Amino acid sequence: MSVRRLAPKEQQPECFAFSEENLAWAKKQIAQYPEGREASASIAILWRAQEQNGGWISEAAIRVVADMLDMPYIRMLEIATFYTMFQLQPVGKKAHIQVCGTTPCRLRGAEDILAVCKSRIHHEPFHLSKDGDFSWEEVECLGACVNAPMVLIWKDTYEDLTKENFGKVLDGFASGQPPKPGPQIDRQFSAPVGGPTTLNTAAAKGEGRSRGGVQPALTDADAKKPTDSASRRESPAPKPPADDATKKGKT
Amino acid sequence: MTKLIIDGKEIDVPAEYTLLQACEAAGAEIPRFCYHERLSIAGNCRMCLVEVKGGPKPVASCAWGVRDCRPGPNGEPPQISTRSPMVKKAREGVMEFLLINHPLDCPICDQGGECDLQDQAMGYGVDTSRFAENKRAVEDKYLGALVKTSMNRCIQCTRCVRFSAEICGAPEMGATGRGEDMEITTYLESALTSELQGNLVDICPVGALTSKPYAFAARPWELGKTQSIDVMDAVGSAIRVDTRGREVMRILPRFNGAVNEEWISDKTRHIVDGLRTQRLDRPYIRENGALRPASWPEAFKAIAAKVKGTDGKRIGAVAGDLAAVEELFALKDLLSKLGSVNMAVQGGDAFNPARGRASYIFNPTIAGIEQADALLIVGSNPRKEAAILNARIRKRWRTGQLKIGVIGERADLTYEYDYLGAGADSLADLAAGKNKFLDALKGANYPIVLVGGAATSRPDGAAILAAAAKLAVDIGGLNDDWNGFAVLHDAASRVGALDLGFVPGKGGLNAGRMTAPGGLDVLFSLGADEIKVPDGVFVVYIGTHGDAGAHRADVILPGAAYTEKTGIYVNTEGRVQMANRASFPPGEAREDWAIIRALSEMLGKTLGYDSLAALRQAMFKTVPHLMRIDQIEAGDIRAIKDLVGKGGSIEKSPFKPAIDDYYLTNPIARASAVMAECSRLASGRMLTAAE
Ligand code: SF4
Ligand code: FES
Ligand code: FES
Repeated sequence: MSVRRLAPKEQQPECFAFSEENLAWAKKQIAQYPEGREASASIAILWRAQEQNGGWISEAAIRVVADMLDMPYIRMLEIATFYTMFQLQPVGKKAHIQVCGTTPCRLRGAEDILAVCKSRIHHEPFHLSKDGDFSWEEVECLGACVNAPMVLIWKDTYEDLTKENFGKVLDGFASGQPPKPGPQIDRQFSAPVGGPTTLNTAAAKGEGRSRGGVQPALTDADAKKPTDSASRRESPAPKPPADDATKKGKT
Repeated sequence: MTKLIIDGKEIDVPAEYTLLQACEAAGAEIPRFCYHERLSIAGNCRMCLVEVKGGPKPVASCAWGVRDCRPGPNGEPPQISTRSPMVKKAREGVMEFLLINHPLDCPICDQGGECDLQDQAMGYGVDTSRFAENKRAVEDKYLGALVKTSMNRCIQCTRCVRFSAEICGAPEMGATGRGEDMEITTYLESALTSELQGNLVDICPVGALTSKPYAFAARPWELGKTQSIDVMDAVGSAIRVDTRGREVMRILPRFNGAVNEEWISDKTRHIVDGLRTQRLDRPYIRENGALRPASWPEAFKAIAAKVKGTDGKRIGAVAGDLAAVEELFALKDLLSKLGSVNMAVQGGDAFNPARGRASYIFNPTIAGIEQADALLIVGSNPRKEAAILNARIRKRWRTGQLKIGVIGERADLTYEYDYLGAGADSLADLAAGKNKFLDALKGANYPIVLVGGAATSRPDGAAILAAAAKLAVDIGGLNDDWNGFAVLHDAASRVGALDLGFVPGKGGLNAGRMTAPGGLDVLFSLGADEIKVPDGVFVVYIGTHGDAGAHRADVILPGAAYTEKTGIYVNTEGRVQMANRASFPPGEAREDWAIIRALSEMLGKTLGYDSLAALRQAMFKTVPHLMRIDQIEAGDIRAIKDLVGKGGSIEKSPFKPAIDDYYLTNPIARASAVMAECSRLASGRMLTAAE
């Protein structure tokens, strides 16, 4: 990691304002937290700001979100600079590629992927390609090690990469038709390449039973379906904190 | 209470203590960087590690509660060791890590000689480092006019971040980035705005934050240190004046739990350069409209010539904000010998000391604020009038047990309050029960009604004071164990002057009338720079700086500043405190009491004391409580009840702030380039960032 600073003044837009829809969403986020603890919504809202702002956080956005949550600006700057998921300078319009460079990916050829980024986008991370459409950075493990090497572009992972198929992924983004996320070779999720390697015997396959044949646990179409677990609350809403005067971002 | 065995010694400490506090109670010394008694606990430096018997690894004692220690297998008290080999090794390890990225700056570092890291590295570290790689480098940050940064030296204890958020109430400092790249900064390097920011320098355990005005000026071991009292406001903070030769190099806080704890305001600390510039170092006489340097006898003769032909009733004296009681006493004596009862202290017209002390002091005391549960601020901006006292209010407010209401200027006081109105009519409305806040006051066990300079400096100040007294009585704020009537003064001399009775005598003129056209022929101004004297009055100015008062003077007698004389000051609580001489007045300037004594002889009205000790003897005879240094002679609450209903009618206009510019309230401050810079920054007239 290196020192993270806001983008230089020339690149900073004058102002930032949430779209109506995002504003409504942000208000809902804030309402989830008890009074006096609105600041808890900061990361979610800052992330939304980044999404709306083309994938990076401008200085104006930091101020807007801080004002929204009644937090001192420096607190929001701390958050934005602490978490590497917040980009502090403009990123590629079509794709910002986060290449995993941690051990498993490295062993499986992340070096090649990085080389492609360097030659096709920019030799330095966090720099825009000439056309401004692409940028890249190296990140730590993104949790898809089984299908190493992999990259994350916006919200999707592209796995089992080689120089060639990663090139195609980039081409896809360049032409506006990104490929299907997930493994870029013939494999189902993180199942073994070339089909099952266990439970291959007849008995295990259930031959002779009425249902017959192995059914994949999920069909490909099932993947990536959002479930509602993300928005479901299991524990009761937290109680407001005991009365203390440190409300409203004042500590 | 919980029993612990610390280094083999059994002690009993409250269960809510941290282990660090317990160890200290047991007499063990625990090194620390991030822990500070008055700040929240961060537990990030790991210097305070101790061994808890039975635990697998050392624990950070500052962040470990006594009640979290488990007893031994047979119920023996938990055993803690602060000197075991494990602890020694742990401390050496922590120290080595801290020093990995710490530059070898000590020879050029302003903190050198008074640096916690230096001291503790000597005490707990090892003599070598095994780190051969490059050290981390951090860009220095701009933080304003007072705090200089050398961020390579920062050990990321976050004390400064916590201090600015918790004590200053201006959460401006922060830590951006993370890990090795964590940097301490303000938002985009904007200047700090708190008037307590100078304390950041004290609180930083290393030399990362140092004093900008004092940069590279002196080394701690070459300074003479004098314990004294601050006079920039009426709080009377305990200070230490550091001098080299005759020159005051810096001012630091001393601990006084009853007054300033361990903080001082920026004006108190950074006034230093004002003590050197614009000084009056010889007498002056006005001739043909211009001031010319003169000798003492010449100056005295000029005064004598004027005074001898003047009726006592046409002579008067006004004291300024920085006068000590000794010179006030001498001047009062002289005036009565001249047959005059016209005397007043600047801004003191609203008070009548004949009623009793309680009617003009901060009765609940500063430490008492921490007991209060409701506070009404009338016509005051404590943040500007008494920044340290304001920090106390904030401290109490942070506990959630203090409800605050404000009548007057709507300012950022660093805490939240109910805004009740702008002027005296709001006070009347409140008293009449037209505002819910009255119930808060009535329901409180320890309410305070605070009346400040914006109220008492008005022509109808006495009436407002009386109205506030009435409110204090009505809400039950006065009883045997609580006196909630609090007058917040903004000048160090005022309570002392009132104690002495340096007020108009029978038929005498107050400051307002003395400075009205035609009021007087001769005016003695004891450093009174904030009054406007009409033309035609012969002004004798006894003071230290070439400020407004000196410009108007006909004769200037150069006096001693508060660091150049020993003098008694009484703070707004009525606490008598002694300021000590740290250096000498410049040139021919003399201590003020001696000037007045010498002048009295020339006027043929010789005062009956020729040493400071004799003067004090005489003074203590008339006002005995001035003898009791560091104590408060409590006022009688009858004085406040007596106030009720006095003072005449009240105007409706809103209170005007008593202090326009916090940084420029007195002649010393106005002579200080540092204060001027602060004032510019505060008023936003200066672009920040570029240093
Ligand atoms: S600047 Fe000083 S007080 Fe602030 S974190 Fe660094 S070492 Fe601690
Ligand atoms: S190492 Fe690359 S995703 Fe885990
Ligand atoms: S003093 Fe305990 S961790 Fe810093």
